[in-house]
Amino acid sequence: MTDVIKKESLLKSVVFLRILIGWHFLYEGVIKLFNPDWTAFGYLATAQGPFKSVFIALTNEATMGWVDTLNTLVLIFVGVTLILGIFEKWGAIAGIGLLALYYFAHPPFPWLEQQNVEGSYWFVNKNLIEIAALWILAQLPTGHYFGLQYLFKKEPKTIKTPQS
Amino acid sequence: MKWTRRDILKGLGGLPILGTVWWAGTANALIKSKDRSEILEQLKIEPSLPTALPEIGGEPIRIGIIGFGIRGEQLCRALGFATKEWIELMKEEERLSGNTQLQEFLDQEKLNLKITGVCDIFDIRAENVIASFSTPDNKVKRYGTHQEMIRSGEVDAVIIATPDHWHAPMAIDALENGIHVYVEKPMTHTIEETYRLREAAKNSNAHLMVGHQHRQTLSFKTASDIIDKKVLGHVSVVQTFTNRNDDNGAWNYDIHEKASEQTIDWDLFLGSAPKIPFNKNHFFRWRKWWAYGSGLSGDLLTHDYDRLNCVLNMGIPKYITASGGIYTHNDGRNVPDVLQVNMDFPDFSTGSSQVKGKEKGMTFTYNATLGNGYNRPTILMGHDASMELGNNLTIWPDGGSTKYAEMIEEGMMKPNVPIYHYNPGANVPDAVSSATSQYFADKGLMWTYIDGVRVNSTYLHLREWLSAIKNGGTLSCGIKEGFDEAITAHMTGLAYKLGRRIEWDHLEEKIIPIEGIDFDEILLGST
Repeated sequence: MTDVIKKESLLKSVVFLRILIGWHFLYEGVIKLFNPDWTAFGYLATAQGPFKSVFIALTNEATMGWVDTLNTLVLIFVGVTLILGIFEKWGAIAGIGLLALYYFAHPPFPWLEQQNVEGSYWFVNKNLIEIAALWILAQLPTGHYFGLQYLFKKEPKTIKTPQS
Repeated sequence: MKWTRRDILKGLGGLPILGTVWWAGTANALIKSKDRSEILEQLKIEPSLPTALPEIGGEPIRIGIIGFGIRGEQLCRALGFATKEWIELMKEEERLSGNTQLQEFLDQEKLNLKITGVCDIFDIRAENVIASFSTPDNKVKRYGTHQEMIRSGEVDAVIIATPDHWHAPMAIDALENGIHVYVEKPMTHTIEETYRLREAAKNSNAHLMVGHQHRQTLSFKTASDIIDKKVLGHVSVVQTFTNRNDDNGAWNYDIHEKASEQTIDWDLFLGSAPKIPFNKNHFFRWRKWWAYGSGLSGDLLTHDYDRLNCVLNMGIPKYITASGGIYTHNDGRNVPDVLQVNMDFPDFSTGSSQVKGKEKGMTFTYNATLGNGYNRPTILMGHDASMELGNNLTIWPDGGSTKYAEMIEEGMMKPNVPIYHYNPGANVPDAVSSATSQYFADKGLMWTYIDGVRVNSTYLHLREWLSAIKNGGTLSCGIKEGFDEAITAHMTGLAYKLGRRIEWDHLEEKIIPIEGIDFDEILLGST
């Protein structure tokens, strides 16, 4: 896997991307964790698009609490793994899953009314772009270069220096 | 294993970042939460929870339906009875567009009642009730007149969903015979019968409920608490609106293909209305003529007026002026399609945060058009805060508030940021609302909620009435509320038709007469 990253500058830029995305997820997660009043109810209840009924079904009394808790925990998990550089592949995959749910709850499809968006989107929005970025992170782990994984490496010297 | 400085930097470099982000998130969330609790503490609003009603036990209540038109059918569904056609239609819509109405209907808790009789002067509709709602051990019986049904001994209660000019005669007859009544709004068609119905209700042991189902909406009950806690300060202006721009909204309903003099009892439809030849347009679109309906003032203003009367309990206005005309649907109707109403309550106050005597009096405006559908929300404007009232409600502090001056000065409150947002669908009230929830508030989800489950408010209203029939208790929209609503509607109709200010005498409980004018004659007149 690491063979792909030959250039140190590329390695650094991927780490930078990883930290930024981790930061974004972690902050969202922590804000929700410490705000007991927060709920995704409104977001889900007004869902649109092909999976509207699935999202609305999640708002029922029995599931809403679980949905809110899971959402917060996954946000924090993604944030922690990406920032610390450990299990980052799992973090990236979980992040993709979560973002895919956000994307499909309010998809930027031209035939749907765009609710509460700060820009103009046509199929592609920031959630989708972040999904693409996480897809890259899932394939290019960099925890061995900057992250906890660095400490667990068996043979640090052989991989970390790029061959020119 | 010995770690070098490099190992520490590269291996644990993420930790300080993690710590920083965690700290920032915690700090911000806690500051917000502290501000929120301080504001909530200051406001002391208690969000309403659904009231529990006693069981409707014993033998099923026997219901007679009078009028099975558009509203009658909706009321029956709220009672748990849908026609076969509607179920088929909803199945198709569910398949095509994911419409969930059928599922919600099926999920609705069953009420302890049976429909035993129907009165409808259009054969097709009456037959539809019999075919759809009869069961092997309960065949729905059709009655030619409401008098026959009321005296049959086979109904305990009637639901009146007829044209307006039939509301009071039927309701009075039922109450005088000890039959419980649910009557659609407006409660009456003339001033004289409003007093007669009040007498009948007072003298009867039967329960009368007027069909303003929005009284069941949790946000309105919360709004009442907000007013009681003087959160808004002195409310000087209330603005309400109707915005509609389609055939249905303009009362141009479909004319049934099988409608004819053979299938419709035209004389019975007319009742006390002027005798004219059979007219399908008048039969199906009766809301467009003063002879049977009451236009915007009786049909739609009453909703907004009663909503606010439920929250403010301000009673009948002292003065009403009104203007408008037939500006968007010049199709032979004689009721206005654009209407502006000003109601004044010079002695009313929701409480003041300023020096005693400075603030008193309120104007309530209603502005309606059937030619534009731009949604304008109901707003209550107080010296200390403004409240937008829908299924959700939102409160903004006012920049010039006396009560919140300190909190605004300290930056804890900002005039453009809501200080309270109530969404009965969410778990808890949300003070210091985010832009997102503000947006959802503006959208106004169209349901009321009981424990997070979407519930039809008409169902709740009917359930309250049925429960009172079995167990006693006061009704949220009984004769007092109905009297206020009906008199206000009639004063508005008079103000519009006469182009004059109409005045209410609170002590005498009557509209102050204008010499040479018979108010009811004016109300029923075609212009």
